[in-house]
Amino acid sequence: MIDVLVIGGGNAALCAALMAREAGASVLLLESAPRAWRGGNSAHTRNLRCMHDAPQDVLVDAYPEEEYWQDLLKVTGGLTNEHLARMVIRASSTCRPWMRRHGVHFQPALAGTLHVARTNAFFMGGGKALVNAYYRSAEALGVQVRYESPVDRLEIVDGGFRAAWCQGERIEARTCVLAAGGFESNREWLREAWGQNERGEWPADNFLIRGTAYNQGVLLRHMLDEHGADRIGDPTQAHMVAIDARAPLYDGGICTRIDCVSLGVVVNANAERFYDEGEDFWPKRYAIWGRLVAQQPGQTGYSIIDSKAIGRFMPPVFPGARADSLPELAARLGLDVDTFMRTLNAYNGACRVGRFDHTVLDDCATSGLFPAKTHWARPIDTAPFYGYALRPGVTFTYLGLQTDDTAAVRFGDRPSANLFVAGEMMAGNVLGKGYTAGVGMSIGTAFGRIAGRNAALAARGQSAGHGAVKDEEAHASA
Amino acid sequence: MQALEALTRDAKALANGTPVPMSAAETEVARVMQICNACRYCEGFCAVFPAMTRRLEFATADVHYLANLCHNCGACLHACQYAPPHEFAVNVPQAMATVRGQTYSDYAWPPALGSLYRRNGLTLSLALVAALTLFLVLGAVLQGGGLAALWKTDLGNDFYNLFPHNLLVGLFAPVFLFVVLALAMGVRAFWKDVKPATSGADVGGAAAGEAAHDVLRLKYLDGGHGDGCHNEDDAYTLKRRRAHHLTFYGFALCFAATSLGTIYHYAFGWVAPYDLPSVPKLLGAAGGVLMVLGTAGLWHLNRTRHPLHGDAAQKPMDLGFIALLFLVAASGLALWLARATPALALLLCLHLGAVMALFATLPYGKFAHGVFRTAALLRYNTEKRQPNPIGLGSD
Repeated sequence: MIDVLVIGGGNAALCAALMAREAGASVLLLESAPRAWRGGNSAHTRNLRCMHDAPQDVLVDAYPEEEYWQDLLKVTGGLTNEHLARMVIRASSTCRPWMRRHGVHFQPALAGTLHVARTNAFFMGGGKALVNAYYRSAEALGVQVRYESPVDRLEIVDGGFRAAWCQGERIEARTCVLAAGGFESNREWLREAWGQNERGEWPADNFLIRGTAYNQGVLLRHMLDEHGADRIGDPTQAHMVAIDARAPLYDGGICTRIDCVSLGVVVNANAERFYDEGEDFWPKRYAIWGRLVAQQPGQTGYSIIDSKAIGRFMPPVFPGARADSLPELAARLGLDVDTFMRTLNAYNGACRVGRFDHTVLDDCATSGLFPAKTHWARPIDTAPFYGYALRPGVTFTYLGLQTDDTAAVRFGDRPSANLFVAGEMMAGNVLGKGYTAGVGMSIGTAFGRIAGRNAALAARGQSAGHGAVKDEEAHASA
Repeated sequence: MQALEALTRDAKALANGTPVPMSAAETEVARVMQICNACRYCEGFCAVFPAMTRRLEFATADVHYLANLCHNCGACLHACQYAPPHEFAVNVPQAMATVRGQTYSDYAWPPALGSLYRRNGLTLSLALVAALTLFLVLGAVLQGGGLAALWKTDLGNDFYNLFPHNLLVGLFAPVFLFVVLALAMGVRAFWKDVKPATSGADVGGAAAGEAAHDVLRLKYLDGGHGDGCHNEDDAYTLKRRRAHHLTFYGFALCFAATSLGTIYHYAFGWVAPYDLPSVPKLLGAAGGVLMVLGTAGLWHLNRTRHPLHGDAAQKPMDLGFIALLFLVAASGLALWLARATPALALLLCLHLGAVMALFATLPYGKFAHGVFRTAALLRYNTEKRQPNPIGLGSD
């Protein structure tokens, strides 16, 4: 019998598999996707949010625990578990040597991302390079990997894992780690979770999925509905970004983001503004715009800029609608020209231009306008003008299984002795809502490693260890 | 013919005042770069991506420049979230390689020869070796002595007894000079297109130094992290870099041996053949061994490359060049080892035929990559020292 069965094939699953294998357990990893699509959403990621008290190779300055925690507290509005969050934060400061040993390379922050050069360590080549490195390392260490192997149900007796069913095959194992992702790829479930709004729309029908098509949430639903596992999070909460409306339904990834919001205005389908585009630096705000757009009629928005903005934001993957006048642009975007011009004229007239500086929270703001634009407000007056239609892009959902600092799945508030969870399936414990760049990989890495370590311990009949993996110890045993 | 059609098309377009349309391969590079520029995950791998981030649009000259900057290491393909089977079907190394091949023939001088060689590299290389060898054999036979001239023991280790020194100089010097001229004309045309697109600044000392370092160390086959590039799969390997180093430095040693021999001959009157432990012999023997090992490695790596790397249509050109280099080195070594045997005459014909074939095809085959890539690296190291025209980096 296999010691540790890992269900899932992304970052958290691979971290668990590697840890368990390093601890001497036999490990079988089941990835539902074919090899070409392996790695789930991890293949689309680009960095890891890392605590550090002093400059560390690719990371500049310092990003102390308290600042990281305050950032997390702010974006989640307090919907987080401080004990688990701080555990993830501390683990993020020591895990990189372990990642490097398994072949992950880091690089300095990318051009145009200097805002996160202090807080985030970028993977060289991005998340797919990380996923490739982990699979190579896992295979070299003797982890068995099976692709196209979705698991649809588990046998659990009195909170104890017995076996998993994969395409009619019963697979027994001493312990199991669940790291099979959220349910963001499941359109039906998203529709059901978001329901119908006051306009009679089904908002989720207009969502695009930024990541994998394989996170169908089959196991998550099975655990919640059929095994009554303790749950965490709200099914409508997710990492959601405003992306180009022309993005593919799945796997559009990073390049479909529209990063010019803070440089112009955003109007909805009624050609009206609805939120302060200049509230804060874009990297701190991009993750709320998916939700904002989801609340607009038709779940769409239009980011409008003029030629002063060109070259100041990440170039978009698709060219924008372009026009030499604002009415022409409105017509091209299918917006009501009169309302659009009223909105733009009101905005342009309200701009109190100071010293424009996109690198600081500058003093260019509107006056007497609702909603205000509090920074980087400059009249949109220099042709040519550009417009990008936006849609909500779901990255991953936060509904998951409740866990603790052993990564155990819990039933009736009691931890399972041999069933663990990591990654998106439990990220909601730390992220009740909101998002800050790179924190998903911090959670996945910290909990994946805890889950793998504890699964290996449980397979030997030992009890689970509390708290993050101690990297000095991991070093000594390696 | 293709080159002629392209010229006619471009001339018409210019006459009509419309911009020269891009070829399908160039359009593909521009499309892919648009996607990459919105992602940028691969920035740490090589020079192509930092160069890309200095641009928002990719015109023909940018595409030619970036294509020749690409070393076809494969890192960005294996790391790409948009690589096939993704619907964006991003394959940077392949798109770049296709354009690169096109630039070798578009910039070749005179142009007609470029497309001729590119179409059937391996066959043509070997046929050329055979033809030239036969030509030399016939020459030796007709010179006197008949067939017996080819299997003689009285050459006394001295190949000049078969082909006198001045005959060899008369054969090789014009070819060598033509090669230098053709390559210079080709890279001059490339430079004229690419320089304005890469800041227009002149190459400074520091940029030239760094470019030389990048070329001589093959910096961009190290993956940006030192573990190397890709060959058959997503694992990093230093094999390609090492095999290329063996080939390159082996070639350089052989070239040095020949140059030194020329100096010995004309300046000091020390006439070949040289034997150990003379400096030309040491250089030549070491260079020959390195080239044999290096080209054998490159051949093997080329045959086992991941099918999505590079442009499959250029494999014959790659292999033709590798085969010629191998043949030159191996026949040179054999010639030395068999210097006291009757096989000397035939081996000499083969060796000279191979060297002649190699030189004759240098400007129109894979060798061009060294010249064009060096030019691209000079432009890269110059451009990156100029202020970034895109304000994004500071935001």
